[in-house]
Amino acid sequence: MYIQSSIKVAFKALGKNRFRSFLTMLGIIIGVVSVIVMEAIGNGSSADINTRISSLGTNLITISPVSARSMGVSQESGTAPTLKKEDADILMSEVSSITAVSPFVRTTKQMKFGNQNWRSNISGVYPEYFAIRDMEIESGTIFTKADEKKLAKVCIIGKTVQNNLFPGSQNPIGSTIRIGTTPFLIIGTLKSKGTSGGGQDQDDIVLAPYSTVQNRMLGSDNIQQIYVSAESEDVVNTAVSEIQKSLRIRHQLLPSAPNDFTISTQLDIRETLNTVVNTITILLSAVAAISLFVGGIGIMNIMLVSVTERTREIGIRMAVGATGFDVQFQLLLEAVVLSLIGGVSGIALGLTTSYLVMRFAGFTSIVTVQSIIISFIVSTLIGIFFGWYPSRKAANLNPIDALRYE
Amino acid sequence: MGSQSLVALNDVSMDVLEGEYIAVMGSSGSGKSTFMNILGCLDVPTRGEYLFNGESVISKSKIQLAHLRRDNIGFVFQSFNLLSRTTAYDNVELPLIYSNVALLKRRVKVEQALISVGLKDRMSSMPNMLSGGQQQRVAIARAIVNNPKMLLADEPTGNLDTRTSMEIIQIFQELNDKGITVVMVTHEEDIAQTSKRRIVFRDGKMLKSEDTTNRIIASEQLKLLPKLEEVVL
Repeated sequence: MYIQSSIKVAFKALGKNRFRSFLTMLGIIIGVVSVIVMEAIGNGSSADINTRISSLGTNLITISPVSARSMGVSQESGTAPTLKKEDADILMSEVSSITAVSPFVRTTKQMKFGNQNWRSNISGVYPEYFAIRDMEIESGTIFTKADEKKLAKVCIIGKTVQNNLFPGSQNPIGSTIRIGTTPFLIIGTLKSKGTSGGGQDQDDIVLAPYSTVQNRMLGSDNIQQIYVSAESEDVVNTAVSEIQKSLRIRHQLLPSAPNDFTISTQLDIRETLNTVVNTITILLSAVAAISLFVGGIGIMNIMLVSVTERTREIGIRMAVGATGFDVQFQLLLEAVVLSLIGGVSGIALGLTTSYLVMRFAGFTSIVTVQSIIISFIVSTLIGIFFGWYPSRKAANLNPIDALRYE
Repeated sequence: MGSQSLVALNDVSMDVLEGEYIAVMGSSGSGKSTFMNILGCLDVPTRGEYLFNGESVISKSKIQLAHLRRDNIGFVFQSFNLLSRTTAYDNVELPLIYSNVALLKRRVKVEQALISVGLKDRMSSMPNMLSGGQQQRVAIARAIVNNPKMLLADEPTGNLDTRTSMEIIQIFQELNDKGITVVMVTHEEDIAQTSKRRIVFRDGKMLKSEDTTNRIIASEQLKLLPKLEEVVL
């Protein structure tokens, strides 16, 4: 009841100077909007980066041989003949935290269909490779374990290869293309993945069973890479150390010898990128927080003016029995009402702006409930903080002087 | 405000009894305002003692003083001191809000107070729509709404014409008849003549305190006044 009347008085007081109240609120509104929008864009970019990395396979672990040394000169990485298909097979049975393994070999060949030809890579992999690398089939099917066993000459082609060998809208499935000298039956096409972060065309590929490529097109049984899928992102690090242990034993390395393979994961990239995004978000949020602070100073300024203007009113209230506490509560309430209305409008406007930014500027923006709650609480606290001094000043007025004030 | 210290009141000792009606007179700077402020618990004396209802006031905290004012004392000022852009009703309601009176009870009390000063029909009027006399009545209603023991009026008729002044005094006398103590500062001889006792200040001292002889009763005076106005016209 007491609070009810106080709120009524607060709204009346703010309503008497509508434009001034609005301008004061504007400071808070701008502050809250920038906090929400900056947070939203920060979260959005972070999520963007994560999905992009996830599209590479988040639990992906890549094992490559170290670079070969010939006459004391290091060759490019992956050239040492240390990894075999059996390494991949043994990992699957020995390491518990992984779900799929595939060896990977690749060779560049001329590919022909009808009067079209295209030079591209053909990779030999297990059927699991598609799951490991998050590759999706657009039409047709992927090859099976049986195809793998019987060295079936079947393949799946990427968009770029498809566009070059089958111009127009021909359906490539069921056609036989020549890769090098070997004929391959196309049983599926891949969904486009676009260009990778490194600028490589991820659609310029042909995938075939590992045994087919290894036996029919390559001279040796060395493999270029082993792709492993960990159970989840959380166990990637465990899997890495288990793989390392297992491979060292299999390669009979002495404890003092260095690894003859390297293991890499996506986590490092993600961490780096997230650090960058976080830094930017913190910077932007700091700017936003400063504008919120400035808005608070605006509130303090207006409340000080208001106390001076209403000195006589305060005196009257004190004469009829208001205590210093009553007066302080009243003015504090006005400051909080100001900042709260500003905060709520700011939240509404922030949501709209975040949506518009996403719609028209192309940023991904994600507004979290957390940032809304924080904005709400912070704007209330700003009202209390910046309203405190002016309301204290009013509460300490001497009623006699206040009544005499002109 | 200034850095000079000034003795406003010195060696003043008096009793205000329940049911009294006192007119305080004196030239400006004589100390009567300070006297009123002390009486109204708006100020406490630097030295000396003030007992209100048998209780010492000078040892009370600011909050206790505010509560004392709220529950026992009503103020009426020369310049009315109503809250602007606030209806008569809301102005009168003010002391009740600070006393935490429930809404329905507040309504009854506010209406009673406004009826008793003859403003039944102007409850929702803003102060700037009311005449001086009406504004002062609102102020009186505000002063009495909490059933105070004492009414302090600082030149309540200073801004009003003769007839309106008498009407205000009539209300004071009625309240006084009901047992409320009235202390009123005035410069006007005929207004002072309506009190039961007058005290005069000069240079911080109480010069005299005497019972009023030939006390004017406002209701009777008002019957005569129209004729007086005809003469003036």
